[in-house]
Amino acid sequence: MKPPVFEYHAPTHIDEVLELVAQHGDEAKPLAGGQSLVPAMNFRLARPSVLIDLNGIDGLGAIALEGDELRIGAMTRQRAVERSDLVGEVTPLLSETLPFVAHPQIRNRGTVGGSLAHADPAAELPAVALALGARFFVRSQRGTRVVEADAFFDGLFSTAMEDDELLENVAFPVLADGQVTAFSEISRRHGDYALVGVAVSLSVDSSGCCERARIGLLSVGDGPVLAVRAAEVLAGEVPSDELIRSAAARAGHDDIDPPGDIHASVDYRRHLTEVLVRRTLAAAFARASNGGSA
Amino acid sequence: MANQARFPVRGTINGEEFEREVEPRLLLSDFIRHELGLTGTHVGCEHGVCGACTVLLDGESVRSCLLFAVQANGRKLETVEGLSQGDAPLHPLQEAFREEHGLQCGFCTPGFLMSLLPFLEENPSPTDQEIREALSGNLCRCTGYDHIVNAVRTAASSLRDAETAGAE
Ligand SMILES: Cc1cc2nc3c(=O)[nH]c(=O)nc-3n(C[C@H](O)[C@H](O)[C@H](O)COP(=O)(O)OP(=O)(O)OC[C@H]3O[C@@H](n4cnc5c(N)ncnc54)[C@H](O)[C@@H]3O)c2cc1C
Ligand code: FES
Ligand code: FES
Repeated sequence: MKPPVFEYHAPTHIDEVLELVAQHGDEAKPLAGGQSLVPAMNFRLARPSVLIDLNGIDGLGAIALEGDELRIGAMTRQRAVERSDLVGEVTPLLSETLPFVAHPQIRNRGTVGGSLAHADPAAELPAVALALGARFFVRSQRGTRVVEADAFFDGLFSTAMEDDELLENVAFPVLADGQVTAFSEISRRHGDYALVGVAVSLSVDSSGCCERARIGLLSVGDGPVLAVRAAEVLAGEVPSDELIRSAAARAGHDDIDPPGDIHASVDYRRHLTEVLVRRTLAAAFARASNGGSA
Repeated sequence: MANQARFPVRGTINGEEFEREVEPRLLLSDFIRHELGLTGTHVGCEHGVCGACTVLLDGESVRSCLLFAVQANGRKLETVEGLSQGDAPLHPLQEAFREEHGLQCGFCTPGFLMSLLPFLEENPSPTDQEIREALSGNLCRCTGYDHIVNAVRTAASSLRDAETAGAE
């Protein structure tokens, strides 16, 4: 099908965008990569009356190291992040995860900011942002505020951003000493939305004890889910098969309230979550004992 | 309704310049087919899933059904027609699809070719696993994919041969 009529704006400066969103409120939508918005418009599931194309704005597509954070501009293409050596070095979880996001043709256009702002419960990047504890720089004419990942996602396709706010960039903490990360997912076909996915970040001290764990899950709730109960099982403990198994069981049973659909029932999603959390934790701990590399 | 304003689009397609005025809601896929008359780019699903509409935008494979024509302003487009123009021999990738029966009805083929072109440039010696992953964004209802995988393998080797021959 074809998209309905809309008023098109292609501003070249972010101030113009902020003015337009302030003026039009929820009638207006920013157009980033268009890889979620345009299909929705073609199917007339979304009918924004004003479309603000962000593709001509300079300075929203940069990847830069700032202190102990990697700042990724909202308009950075997913493919550019996937290919960046800097990203691979300082936030390897992003590099490991991006090949699972759709297909190269989609990632060539799709942006990091678009994926996070869209907050699809089946998307990989929101779960990764939760696992890493990213910070979101959200800007409007009222100013810029910083939202922590834990507060950014709030339900189905919903974030803490107001209608007049734009996601400007996202700060991912640089991999610290003793920190290891891993990602895995199960999908019916490479590149499809996953039935379940798991992003893990662990801080392991020199004696091998797990100081802290963050486990982000996708496709098992209204939005990305932080498996806090599973993480509690790991905190302060020395990893063993048994410990990993009991953390995984907490994730599959106590941390989630997954949906059932034609692709996977509720019970199957719980089962997959438990298995994937177990495998992903084991992979991450193995990296820790190899001194951080895979 | 509000704004039916038309916007200029100017760029190149398969090396030739074009210039038109379009309604902003016109999809790039429809622009290429109906305005520019290049019907080799096919439209299957219009939601990014099938890959039939894949074209190159500044050298990168993209879904033309998920872009508006206005967004191609100032850009370089390439479609399947650009692979072999007029009486020129088929592009090695096309030749390999023909040799290996990589197509039956051919509806999906332009999208496969335009996805594979940048892939083989970046990865001239792909493994079968890499080929299958590279194909995962394109659907084919006829071939069962095995013949397409064979075609890509064959194309990769003839493109490599052409490269070494050119270098000598
Ligand atoms: C066939 C197909 C398969 C896919 N598979 C996957 C997959 O497996 N995993 C996955 O994660 N994704 C998948 N996607 C979605 C893809 O990753 C999209 O690129 C992503 O969800 C949205 O990013 P975008 O830049 O395209 O945003 P757009 O589609 O342009 O925008 C999405 C939404 O975010 C808003 N928005 C965009 N940027 C901003 C901003 N800076 N500030 C505020 N709001 C903003 C828009 O107004 C819109 O509401 C798939 C898409 C397709 C077509
Ligand atoms: S028509 Fe564009 S992906 Fe199917
Ligand atoms: S050859 Fe018919 S769809 Fe692929």
